[in-house]
Amino acid sequence: MNLWVLVLATAGGCYALKVAGYLVPARLLDAPQVRRLVELLPVALLAALVVVEAVASGRHLQWDAARLAGFGAAAVAVWRRAPFLAVVVIAAVVAAAARQI
Amino acid sequence: MVLEESRRSVVRDSLGVGLAVGAYGVAFGAASVAAGLSVLQTSLLSLLAFTGGTQFAVVGVVSGGGTLGTALGGGLLLGARNTLYAMRLAPLLRVRGLRRFVAAQGTIDESTAMAVARHDPAHARVAFWWTFTAIYVCWNATTLAGAVGARALGNPAKFGLDAVVPAAFLALLAPRLRISDQREKTADGRHRKLDRRAMSARAKSPPAATRPAPAARRGSQDAPLAGAAERHIRRMNQSIAAGAALIALALIPVTPPGVPVLAAAAAVLLAGRLR
Repeated sequence: MNLWVLVLATAGGCYALKVAGYLVPARLLDAPQVRRLVELLPVALLAALVVVEAVASGRHLQWDAARLAGFGAAAVAVWRRAPFLAVVVIAAVVAAAARQI
Repeated sequence: MVLEESRRSVVRDSLGVGLAVGAYGVAFGAASVAAGLSVLQTSLLSLLAFTGGTQFAVVGVVSGGGTLGTALGGGLLLGARNTLYAMRLAPLLRVRGLRRFVAAQGTIDESTAMAVARHDPAHARVAFWWTFTAIYVCWNATTLAGAVGARALGNPAKFGLDAVVPAAFLALLAPRLRISDQREKTADGRHRKLDRRAMSARAKSPPAATRPAPAARRGSQDAPLAGAAERHIRRMNQSIAAGAALIALALIPVTPPGVPVLAAAAAVLLAGRLR
């Protein structure tokens, strides 16, 4: 994969998506289908990303104990409504500690 | 006097959120270098794309060995929510000419959440620009630090960074699923009316990453959508999330990296349309 193409296309695409919102007529947002799409899309994407990042290694399922321990601890922190930064730190510390064992 | 005071508190809240969210750029910088991007490429993503979820998604596919198409597809789909934020912010910020193109770059989860949480449009503008500036500066500084640091320190798994990425996505997802029991915000009718206007942006993107700021958890800024409508939305989101997670899990062993995420999103959206 050409990483430079990816970096520049991602950067250009993301900026274009932001600018587009300032240029299109605001009433587009009133369409219920558009509202629903915007509500559901991030939920689906984020849920799938959680799974992929937690257990995928390329095309394989990899149940890495240390990674899952860190992720599990972070999930408890999320459930307990810990701040975002605390969640991230807990995940790293627990995974790193579990890996030392 | 009172106005000045609350303007100052808007600035303070915005800086707090900016610092907390910005600090997380370390994890992005490290993850990106570990995925095989150079320090320059990593920094350019933060400077130019400047939208965390997309950046993580893209380097995640790269590290999994996915194709350019799947990496870009997932990243841009995730970035498409910024278009809606921009549509919501445009009348609020009232930016024209060149300033529109600057405001566009700052249109992300956190700046939108901080702006639409304000009932006074002047305060909304202050919140947007201060949050944007604080996050932009911090996010890029910490991205560089994380990228350089990861290169110096070696294997990021040693520091548990492989667990950080799924944890971060979970933290972003959780507020969209949470059924809140807070209700006092709708007790007053005027408040509710304004909240309905803010809903389009806030409902779609509860300010996940703004939660760390203690100030942001006070008062109306963290005001959840109350009532049956909100519960209905959150319930539906929960089924959507479960469906997407299962589809992704099932597809990991049989499709190239990146495809499980795109397929999960597509399938779930299709199901949403049919219902």
